Amino acid sequence: MSEWSRAVSARPAPAGAPPPAATASGNRGLQIEEPLLFEQDGPGRCGVDLPEPAPFHSRLGGLERREPIGLPRLSEPQVVRHFTRLSQKNYAIDSGPYPLGSCTMKHNPRLNEKLARLPGFADLHPLQPLATVQGVLELIDTLAHWLKTLTGMPAIALSPAAGAHGELCGMMAIRAALEARGDRRRRVLVPESAHGTNPATAATCGWSVDPVPANARGRVDLAALRARLADDVAALMLTNPNTCGLFEDEILDIAAAVHEKGAFFYCDGANFNAIIGRVRPADLGIDCIHLNLHKTFSTPHGGGGPGSGPVGLAESLAPFAPLPWLVHGPDGLTLLEQPTGPAARTLGRIKAFHGQVGMFVRALAYMMSHGADGLRQVAEDAVLNANYLRTLLAADLTQAFPGPCMHEALFDDRFLEHTGVTTLDFVKALIDEGYHPMTVYFPLIVHGALLIEPTESESKEELDRFAAVLTALARAARAGDAERFHAAPRLAPRRRLDETLAARRPVLRWRPPPAERPQGA
Amino acid sequence: MRYLPLTPHDRRAMLAAIGVRSIDDLFAEVPPAARLAELPDLPRAMGEIEVERRLSQMAAKNLAAGAAPFFLGGGVYRHHVPAAVDYLIQRGEFLTSYTPYQPEIAQGTLQYLFEFQTQVAMLTAMEIANASLYDGATACAEAVMMAGRITRRKKAVVSGGLHPHYREVCETYARFAGFAVAAQAPTPCGAEDLERHIDGETACVVVQNPDFYGELRDYSDLARACHDRGALLVVVVTEIISLGAVRPPGAMDADIVAAEGQSLGNMMNFGGPHLGLFATRERFVRQMPGRLVGETVDADGRRGWVLTLSAREQHIRREKATSNICTNAGLCALAFTIHLALLGEAGLVRLAQLNHAAAVALADRLASLPGVRILNRSFFNEFTVALPRPAGPVVETLAAAGILAGIPLSRFYPGRAELAPLMLVAATETVTEEDMKRLEAGLARVLS
Repeated sequence: MSEWSRAVSARPAPAGAPPPAATASGNRGLQIEEPLLFEQDGPGRCGVDLPEPAPFHSRLGGLERREPIGLPRLSEPQVVRHFTRLSQKNYAIDSGPYPLGSCTMKHNPRLNEKLARLPGFADLHPLQPLATVQGVLELIDTLAHWLKTLTGMPAIALSPAAGAHGELCGMMAIRAALEARGDRRRRVLVPESAHGTNPATAATCGWSVDPVPANARGRVDLAALRARLADDVAALMLTNPNTCGLFEDEILDIAAAVHEKGAFFYCDGANFNAIIGRVRPADLGIDCIHLNLHKTFSTPHGGGGPGSGPVGLAESLAPFAPLPWLVHGPDGLTLLEQPTGPAARTLGRIKAFHGQVGMFVRALAYMMSHGADGLRQVAEDAVLNANYLRTLLAADLTQAFPGPCMHEALFDDRFLEHTGVTTLDFVKALIDEGYHPMTVYFPLIVHGALLIEPTESESKEELDRFAAVLTALARAARAGDAERFHAAPRLAPRRRLDETLAARRPVLRWRPPPAERPQGA
Repeated sequence: MRYLPLTPHDRRAMLAAIGVRSIDDLFAEVPPAARLAELPDLPRAMGEIEVERRLSQMAAKNLAAGAAPFFLGGGVYRHHVPAAVDYLIQRGEFLTSYTPYQPEIAQGTLQYLFEFQTQVAMLTAMEIANASLYDGATACAEAVMMAGRITRRKKAVVSGGLHPHYREVCETYARFAGFAVAAQAPTPCGAEDLERHIDGETACVVVQNPDFYGELRDYSDLARACHDRGALLVVVVTEIISLGAVRPPGAMDADIVAAEGQSLGNMMNFGGPHLGLFATRERFVRQMPGRLVGETVDADGRRGWVLTLSAREQHIRREKATSNICTNAGLCALAFTIHLALLGEAGLVRLAQLNHAAAVALADRLASLPGVRILNRSFFNEFTVALPRPAGPVVETLAAAGILAGIPLSRFYPGRAELAPLMLVAATETVTEEDMKRLEAGLARVLS
């Protein structure tokens, strides 16, 4: 640790005080303080050179914009520098391990970026005549074939824009199927360990949510599930492997119990990376599963999207798949865009146009690069890495549930008992060590949870280094060095941010200082 | 395999450290009946050269817009994207980061989202905007659901001038949420009496500007009628560049704006990913869907940004959340923000003028063809053309000749014979005079 950070830790500045005057500029080496775009406005500047239009008569019908918009004026070098400096304040999978549990932050191959930008994919309008887009329809059809083969599901809906959107699509299909047989059901069962999107999705579909507890082994409590199953249950939404990083080993019994009551079995496929090429969800009795192309299939998370959430559907749900449908016709591939003919029972349209096609290109490139053999190796390496890390950490952290895990290792905060250090403090210290924290305080059923998903992208050497850092931090916490944790992070572009202030007095946009506002505004 | 760092030697050492004999031991909890004995029946691993060859072959079978005179719009527009945009969004720190859950090491993402929210609020002349949704159509459906929460009513009156895909997405969401949608029939460039349909159950009226047929409309009176009856006005904008020239929804007293932001910074991508924009009044903020970035200070008192008001969101509120959305369209929002930063005030206004000028020039050309009529009294960069015969086959014939002429309305409304002769035609700053001449000559040839 540097002398500078020791000095800061010895004298933590009170909240609201000016920053320590470490440099005259406020910058620290490569970390350069960057004002907002709006604070860099300069009259007369522009970052594009556009010609003046030839004289013409406006046809705007008297609806011209009258007030200035207020956009700042910058040249191209200023804009490039601004966003380059902002980028340097971000941690990324390109910078180091990003072990967010249930997020599958794996390497994003650049080949995929290159191919998605081919004009033959990126420069296509979704409503061009079908004869002019047969190649991209072939790509979509090929992607669907790979996903159907890997999941064992007979049909795949490609239009959902992200995982939660896929959940919505799947649950709508279930509701449409139930309505088609005149079956009105009220409840959806969701394990307490589920992602928040699961109950939110069920509620969006108009159902009430009934939580299912976990057993002492971190799996669904089968007896409790059976007790909650009744004729008014529409579906069970289960994540498998679950959010504790464990395979639901009674899943075949779970599926049978659900089906016995006429309900559907929905699987959240966020953790498909653990089993790809080794287990087909269809063989587990699942009726519906969404996949996250931005998790398992490496399309970049992009700071929060865009994603893509294809949904695998059993035969019982396939007739209700959303529009459009891609089908083989006499003139090649064609799109069914209306609720007629074979698509008469569709649940409808859930997004404009045909899905996140740019993400499809990337995901297919990823799958073709790995092949069947490489994809199976992905699952094996992801599980191996998680268990290796679990083993290295076993002595100093406390595993939430005993035994091997799948692709992510779950710890609770017992190892921090009586240290005065919380899970949050602990991971903020990890930031100072140059790592992105794992998922924390999730799943909710584990106290002070730390969920670590290293993915297959990490080398053994990287895992050894990461484990050594976690071990050192755990020992420091137990040795009574609580102050180091409470003050962390000290070396990041910002120290801990006041989230309470942000929520109590929301400032959600920049506004010009009062002096600059035009008269009367 | 080039993406996998573990070597066979590593794997053996790691299995030994774990204390198991083989990888199969780590999959022991999978029921034997569900274990795949063999590899899936799919091709084996390929190198970069082979993958690139195969996908390039697929790409080459398509007619890219840039390789033809191109006039399609209908909610997706082909604009020039400055080179700096794509260069910057591919910086790994933006491309390969997650949702900014650890704000101390995600200030880059958080700051650009704060800038994005400000830009969207400025463009639409609304008080606040969120950090993006999937696309314009889902933003529209979310707006309807939000209006329902605010008014505690369960009916939406939807204009016939709303993009048909947007209407269909609203209908899908509404069906499952127990919401009624009173959708009006399309009347391209004609009049429509929406006020008549507002009743005590109406949560909102949904309109579009420019509407789907390109016509520009002043919704100020409609906003007043909505507010008089306790309903909200939702205004959809599918061509965001229009706001460089056209009066914004906020100036018409809209309550919620749901828009598509693809036109700034983003490619057409055969329909996605695109960028949902969502803006509203400050007093409705706690009913908003999606992420919000807010300003705050760090422990040293320095300005910084965090995700805020997350008590609305699924990871906190679960089944009581305002929406189930999690991942949105962060990188598309970044592209939008960079493009708009380069344009600035003068650049956006000029870009909008160029679009309008191109569309005016094209409309005049096409209107001179015998039997061809432009239905619009007003438009921005897209208008509706009536042909003397069904537009679908005309568009197909022109496509075969290498001209992407427009979108026949039969693609959306195959059952409505009165719309069969109509097509949407758009012209942006990317269209040249030569392109227009070729469309004019091609259309004259096909219609003769």
